[in-house]
Amino acid sequence: MTKKYEQFSHTADIGARIYGKDLKELFENAAFAMFDIIADLEGLEATVARAVEVEGEGYEELLVSWLDELLYNFYTKSIIFSKFEIWEFSEKKLKAKIYGRPVGVNRNRLKTEIKAATYSGLEIKKTAEGYQVEIIFDV
Amino acid sequence: MKTIWQGPIEKIDDYRWCIPKSYKSGMLVDGVIYADEKMLGDICKDKAAEQVANVAFLPGIVKYSMAMPDAHWGYGFPIGGVAATDVDAGGVVSPGGVGFDINCGMRLVRTNLKEKDLAPKLKDLVYGLYNDVPAGVGSKGDIKITGSDEKKLLVEGSKWVVDHGYGRQEDLEYTEERGAVKGADPDSVSPRAYERGKNQSGTLGSGNHFLEVQVVDEVYDGTAAEVFSLEKGSVTLMIHSGSRGLGYQVCDEYSKDFLHCLSKYGISVPDRQLACAPVNSDEGKAYLGAMRCAANYAWANRQCLMHLARGVFEKVFNMGPKDLGMDLVYDVAHNIAKIEKYNINGKERTLCVHRKGATRAFPPGHPEIPEKYKKCGQPVIIPGDMGRNSYLLVGTKRAEETFYSTCHGAGRLMSRSAAIHACRGRSISRELENKGIIVKSSGRETLAEEAPEAYKNVNEVVSVVEGAGISKRVCRMRPLGVIKG
Repeated sequence: MTKKYEQFSHTADIGARIYGKDLKELFENAAFAMFDIIADLEGLEATVARAVEVEGEGYEELLVSWLDELLYNFYTKSIIFSKFEIWEFSEKKLKAKIYGRPVGVNRNRLKTEIKAATYSGLEIKKTAEGYQVEIIFDV
Repeated sequence: MKTIWQGPIEKIDDYRWCIPKSYKSGMLVDGVIYADEKMLGDICKDKAAEQVANVAFLPGIVKYSMAMPDAHWGYGFPIGGVAATDVDAGGVVSPGGVGFDINCGMRLVRTNLKEKDLAPKLKDLVYGLYNDVPAGVGSKGDIKITGSDEKKLLVEGSKWVVDHGYGRQEDLEYTEERGAVKGADPDSVSPRAYERGKNQSGTLGSGNHFLEVQVVDEVYDGTAAEVFSLEKGSVTLMIHSGSRGLGYQVCDEYSKDFLHCLSKYGISVPDRQLACAPVNSDEGKAYLGAMRCAANYAWANRQCLMHLARGVFEKVFNMGPKDLGMDLVYDVAHNIAKIEKYNINGKERTLCVHRKGATRAFPPGHPEIPEKYKKCGQPVIIPGDMGRNSYLLVGTKRAEETFYSTCHGAGRLMSRSAAIHACRGRSISRELENKGIIVKSSGRETLAEEAPEAYKNVNEVVSVVEGAGISKRVCRMRPLGVIKG
């Protein structure tokens, strides 16, 4: 399997360099990266699913909106999401089904509190293998 | 790590460095970095200096785009950034210039306890605080607020929680803005922001948020220390927390909305996280109305945290509030935008002062500081890392040049991942225990991320702000017990 993402060094926050063979996969991998930073996803079995829909002006804004929508769902529904299926995707809108497991009372899978995904320096780049983007998460 | 900054930097004096506005087309003013030569080297190792230059693009910016000596790479603004815009000359407000954690700030509490009283009970105290103060990612507070009360809390801030039993009336006197800045507009806060804040009142948060039991180990200004009822050997409690999910959601939504204001108002900024709108526009007013709600929520939150901590001290020492003497010294924000008046070129101007990772530091005699502190100036609370020191400073007249702003902490030196890497195979809690410091943390990797070596030396940061004359040391504290989120 190809690498979904890697962390890069940022003094105060957490930077993640995300890869995808196409834009849809880039978005799904960005969501995975964020939750992989938030929680220990190893062996986490999804027991619940939710539907989400987000809009934005262009792919970069849509990407931040998508991640922030997922954070909102994580914090308010107390669910760790680990699987993301985007089924409708355009430059202005995406619809997805997201799967995860409730955080649970002892919160033992949680690692890092991400406050938000930022727009800082965000640029989706075309590469030989597909697409790449660097995102800075405020932690 | 090698130097990233390749742009021009001109020495003004031993503590001030200038990035001339000729560096980039679009900069409206010069950038000024407060640092000594060594710290400047650290600041130039990441993108902080570039961000100082970027902030100089903000419409209406006056004097300089500034960075304090604890500055480091942030998003949009550098952390440690200060910028003021002229409200009546098209000056803008930028949610990125405040940050996601609106009114992240510091609170310092004194006690009648001395270090020797603490020693036999230190472990009980730290474990008690750890158990009774909710901390960590996803933690929920026991303070439940519903319906119309939510809106009241966002307007009344600390007062609302004090009226409901979380603390004393006199605590309000020693909180910036008495714990409630005017102009909060609950209707500018989205239902989602309410939802994210709902269960989090009275929770510490995670990452670098903390609660620390300390002892005053050095007094520099005895007169001021006496005014704050502190002396060498006094035990203090320091709290670092902010507006939790509510503030993050407010910043998130307005940052997005403000992207569309850029074309509407013909504004060009080099980083989307600097999205902004004129203070006097509908969008600017709405953001400030919502930001003030989040700020008031944060003051209420720190008030609750202090109340919970006082309860633990009373339990552990089996002493009443009077004997413990846990009075609030001060509470001050370090992520906020405030409307303040300054004399610019001989004229009084109304400015929107952004302090992102910078602390307000009003001088002696300023009308907005508590009566009791008028002679010595506003207390400025500067946390260091958990292994070294923290400081209490006061504001000075000279700090007018920084719009009465100073540093906010040690500032990170290493990224979180680098810190975790550096601490692999080590027990940070044992290392600290060997130095007499008891730590408890809810996050698995928090202690490594927050390891002392991951931060700049706060002693050096403070010596720069004192050397530059923008604040003055009162006393230094040393940590004894630390609770991290």
